[in-house]
Amino acid sequence: MDAMTATSELAARPAAKPERAYKLTARDVNVYYGDKHALKSVSVDIPDRSVTSFIGPSGCGKSTFLRCINRMNDTIPICRVTGKIEIDGKDIYDPSLDVVQLRARVGMVFQKPNPFPKSIFENVAYGPRIHGLAHSKSEMEQIVIQSLEKAGLLKEVKDRLNEPGTGLSGGQQQRLCIARAVAVNPEIILMDEPCSALDPIATAKVEELIDELRENFCIIIVTHSMQQAARVSQRTAFFHLGTLVEEGKTTDIFTNPVDKRTQDYITGRTG
Amino acid sequence: MAIESMTSANDTMTITPAVTVSKQRLLKKRYAAEGRFKAYGIAAIVFGLSFLALLFASIVSRGYTAFQQSAFTLNVALDPAVISPSGKNEENELLQADYTALANKALFAALGIDTKSKPDVRAVTQLLSSGADVQIRKLVLANPKLIGQTIPVVLLAHGNVDSMMKGAFDRTIPEDRRKLSDKQLGWLDAAAAKGFLGKHFNTGLFTYGASSQPETAGIGAALIGSLFMMATVLLLAVPLGVAAAVYLEEFAPKNFFTDLIEVNINNLAAIPSIVFGLLGLAIFINFAGLPRSASLVGGLVLTLMTLPTIIIATRAAIGAVPPSIREAALGVGASKMQSITHHVVPLALPGILTGTIIGLAKALGETAPLLMIGMVAFVVEPPSTPLDPATALPVQIYMWATAAERGFVERTSGATIILLLFLACMNILAVILRRKFERRW
Repeated sequence: MDAMTATSELAARPAAKPERAYKLTARDVNVYYGDKHALKSVSVDIPDRSVTSFIGPSGCGKSTFLRCINRMNDTIPICRVTGKIEIDGKDIYDPSLDVVQLRARVGMVFQKPNPFPKSIFENVAYGPRIHGLAHSKSEMEQIVIQSLEKAGLLKEVKDRLNEPGTGLSGGQQQRLCIARAVAVNPEIILMDEPCSALDPIATAKVEELIDELRENFCIIIVTHSMQQAARVSQRTAFFHLGTLVEEGKTTDIFTNPVDKRTQDYITGRTG
Repeated sequence: MAIESMTSANDTMTITPAVTVSKQRLLKKRYAAEGRFKAYGIAAIVFGLSFLALLFASIVSRGYTAFQQSAFTLNVALDPAVISPSGKNEENELLQADYTALANKALFAALGIDTKSKPDVRAVTQLLSSGADVQIRKLVLANPKLIGQTIPVVLLAHGNVDSMMKGAFDRTIPEDRRKLSDKQLGWLDAAAAKGFLGKHFNTGLFTYGASSQPETAGIGAALIGSLFMMATVLLLAVPLGVAAAVYLEEFAPKNFFTDLIEVNINNLAAIPSIVFGLLGLAIFINFAGLPRSASLVGGLVLTLMTLPTIIIATRAAIGAVPPSIREAALGVGASKMQSITHHVVPLALPGILTGTIIGLAKALGETAPLLMIGMVAFVVEPPSTPLDPATALPVQIYMWATAAERGFVERTSGATIILLLFLACMNILAVILRRKFERRW
């Protein structure tokens, strides 16, 4: 039932311009954790070179959906995914597709900063190394420097690239994780509540960074903070109880929501 | 209204002190309970430590003398007429020569004994170890050019002389019930005074194999046997155990079958070690036909016994690696294998090493299963391959512990000290490795 209403509501919105090329299209995605139906018939289109945020109360399925996009859910044995998710028109759940290659194209930044217990340099160099992106030491150094630059971390760490990444502050660690994701040169970067463990100043820096990264990457961010969604994203999707209730331009969602549940959530009445 | 509120205020005023008193009593009780708990803990630690100190004190006080051995330093004339009557110095001749006569002759000369007195001669020959001839033979065989020369040789004294030298000989006992007569004691005192009878560091303890004489008994065969077994365990149990643990923890599907395996591994760790000995006897010796008393079989049995320990320790160490590290590796596109070999196992390494070394230490001290596969053997020559008969350090201790001679009593404790030192070294190594790998970041 929920799925039906969700689709009809989506249909009620003015459809996106047909000529627009979407980076990612999801159709009728369902996720089950054992018997639990965690994500119900989600269909969404996500444009390239923009930030799309997923908002909604805890347990609404937004992180679950995010983890479907780089097939991180594969690591959970009881998890089952149906439906279709396409990146550039290719089904990522196609059995012939190599999940390792997919994850190189779809980077991920996690809720808690999780740098490897290695040096700052090694943290960033790890991805390019396992994918064979650098053919010489100088090339690797270049990739690392560029990635740190893109993540806005270079100035702070350029003199201590050999120090452990775990010795950085929380915000720096998270930007290091972003640099690590960027180093593999992905097409899509998934961020699962990247600022929830950070203080407001570090959060502001990461948000600024997300805005810059938008020029080159398709970014999908899960967030609990509606202000953050409003600040960083061009499009917003509101999830509720496993269904995608409403999706559209961020300004529309926040100023003129169609669904009552969205309205209740963004005005703070539920959630 | 005013009066009512007044009375209620009075009520509270009278109640308040009572409440605080009872609260204070409660607080006092709580502090007392905490203090008592701490005291119990300290008492338990002191109790345990004092027993440990007692144990060490008793072993060391009984065993330290084993590291010294009494010996005569004699000028032995390597008479060619005795050693090689044919004058050809053939090996067979050299092996069969009467070196005891040479040793005795040297001792007679040193003590100034008239060789015509038969009882005196017999009494003097009793002072030398029966292993003295072997010592001279070894010298001659190693360098036949020495024949004809007179060289100073350190010859082992008899076990009784050794006891006397170490002050464990009661001279007040009537002569006929003593192992050394008054005459013998007189000679020994003179020899000690002249300086050619003295205590030397007991290198023989580490090189000799089994012997019926304490002075020529050592842990040589046991040490090499234990070394071979540890090598076998290290080579087999560590790769098998770590591989099994990584598979079970990271790859194996969670189902009835893997649950069964897990329960059984935990059970195996609790099985009495003698059962592993029976298993080894039945499978490795009776079925596979491997030789009895071989350190290879001992190593295989100890491998079986150590595997569960290593698997459990490794699984715990791998399980303790935060999942966020795995996610991070998978997130940048590492394969499962890469995430395990690049991140999970290196992070789990301190735990794996600690578990492995503790498993090895347990195997080093194990006796019961080795008794079942015939390693309680009288092995004179240290084994040169893992297939040769050998004993193990704890088994050697067990065998010496049943002997009555004073020389064996001190050797029992001496070998225990050596075993404890090995175990302590292994545990210290475990701590050092753990620190080193953990401190890296």
